[in-house]
Amino acid sequence: MTKTITVRYFAGFREHAGIDKETIAVEASTAADVYKKLQHRHGSAEPLGHCKVAINDQMADWDATVSDGDTVLLFPPVAGG
Amino acid sequence: MRITADRIDPDKLRNELVDAAAGAYVGFEGWIRNHNEGEQVLRLEYEVYEPLALAEGEKVIAEAVEKFPLLHAECVHRSGALDIGECAVWVGVTSAHRDEAFAACRYIIDQVKVRLPIWKKEHYVDGHSGWVNCERCAEHGHTHPEAASS
Repeated sequence: MTKTITVRYFAGFREHAGIDKETIAVEASTAADVYKKLQHRHGSAEPLGHCKVAINDQMADWDATVSDGDTVLLFPPVAGG
Repeated sequence: MRITADRIDPDKLRNELVDAAAGAYVGFEGWIRNHNEGEQVLRLEYEVYEPLALAEGEKVIAEAVEKFPLLHAECVHRSGALDIGECAVWVGVTSAHRDEAFAACRYIIDQVKVRLPIWKKEHYVDGHSGWVNCERCAEHGHTHPEAASS
């Protein structure tokens, strides 16, 4: 079903999208659906296993369910240290 | 776990861990080097999503404390623009004996590199720049085959 989701982009994803967040209506059940549906925004061909996701400021699995009103944070491959 | 935009002072951090019960202190400093994958690096920038970098860093430290008999464990990571030679990350642990101090320090830095939402953009001598992919994230991703295959 269509849900209203706020998506936040970080690092390379943000640079590709040209914005750091947006609220969209998207047909998605899981965080993975959101990542795939927004491929044209973040521009990433990285496999999901290389990236991370958080929902409402909690680290989440890609198969976590997204609900109407959630904020989904899309993280490109991390490189701390 | 701390995130700071200020210069890291490893000596000061080390002194905060001094404890009469400690027989071992192991510290790790990650420095900015002037080359990466054949490119000459001029400087770099760390982008940190602080709320989750702190939460995930605290989790890593708590795991280390659970796995190893430590007295103290702490980690500090820089954010913002850094020059060559600067300290980007510091880990310090103390314990009664050296084996667990070495192992815990290694555990913390390895986990911090692959789990915290921190990104590094390198600026090269020839004028271009690029986001760095952690060399171990692919390997880490393979522990989640259902996601990696998507």
